[in-house]
Amino acid sequence: MPQFRLPGNSRVQPGKSHAAPAGAKNVKTFRIYRFDPDSNQKPRVDTYEVDIDSCGPMVLDALIKIKNEVDSTLTFRRSCREGICGSCAMNIDGVNTLACTKAIGEIKGDAKIYPLPHMPVIKDLVPDLTNFYAQYASVKPWLQTRTPAPPDRERLQSKEDQEKIDRPSACILCACCSTSCPSYWWNSDRFLGPAALLAAYRWIIDTRDEATGERLDELEDPFRLYRCHTIMNCAQACPKDLNPSKAIAEIKKMIVERQH
Amino acid sequence: MSLRSPLGRVLGLGSAKGGSGHWYSQRVTAVALVILGSWFIASLVMLGAGASHAAVTGWLHSPFSAVMALLLVAVTAYHAQLGLQVVFEDYISDKGTRLVVLVALKFALVVAALIGILAVLRIAFGAQA
Repeated sequence: MPQFRLPGNSRVQPGKSHAAPAGAKNVKTFRIYRFDPDSNQKPRVDTYEVDIDSCGPMVLDALIKIKNEVDSTLTFRRSCREGICGSCAMNIDGVNTLACTKAIGEIKGDAKIYPLPHMPVIKDLVPDLTNFYAQYASVKPWLQTRTPAPPDRERLQSKEDQEKIDRPSACILCACCSTSCPSYWWNSDRFLGPAALLAAYRWIIDTRDEATGERLDELEDPFRLYRCHTIMNCAQACPKDLNPSKAIAEIKKMIVERQH
Repeated sequence: MSLRSPLGRVLGLGSAKGGSGHWYSQRVTAVALVILGSWFIASLVMLGAGASHAAVTGWLHSPFSAVMALLLVAVTAYHAQLGLQVVFEDYISDKGTRLVVLVALKFALVVAALIGILAVLRIAFGAQA
């Protein structure tokens, strides 16, 4: 039977409120998804009022401030705070992005912060990305060759050829794209998703790689590749401004190309 | 609970090494439908509102019109089957249900296409009014 309601542990309840400190002039309200697997309680949305005048400019600054000063139980991943590690990916104001590069000032009204959509939640804003990483590993994201490397130097590549992989190589595996994709929501057990397919593309077009055919063989599958319907949420969500949707379209074109 | 490794689960039964034919056919039939659809609309406009029964059957008597009408019916049914298959694969997660629905879809569209084809043929081969 079709399921029309979310399972109990996905129904979000109203949570606690934490008022701004007295005397705060510039207050921003953050509504943050909370889930504690040990409490046996449904997830809730807690409200935190933050004094923006004593806080850094980014959403991550506010999260760290809340954790340091208001509620140390708030759990989230973060590391580099400059958009290169991909740890602090979450759904902010309805869009998947990095908390460290999203300015608080860009958010109109209350800032609503949820974990990446449609992933199992480990705690609060921390999703379980095990399947996502396994999908990345499945495309063999490393150089495969038959020609031995020159004994005296690295494998050479022209400047133009390097430029082809320059952008796709900038992916930081934050999972903003894959978790914004409806096709990935419904079929993430079999659809590889935009991030893994962009990684596959990065190696398919690498002129030093000699496993292009095998890579295309592995992708040519109704679910692994063809679940992509060019919805383009991936390109819109990507905090690094990459275009997985175009990469997937190029892979589809290459598979047709070798049949004609 | 499965103790299989996450990578093992992702690799699953391996690549089907297929699906590109489906994807390519969907695009080719879309192009064909642009042509066939334009022809069909243009023909209806030329016949005009309130055209007599004799005028319409007469139009379908011409070999060109009859062939175009047959192609329109067949390509529409094929394109619909390809498109609906994708929708069902997206939204039906239960394997058994998915297979049953996909087979039923193929049967239904073959029947629909044959009804349309027979109707066109009856007019094309019927007595000229």
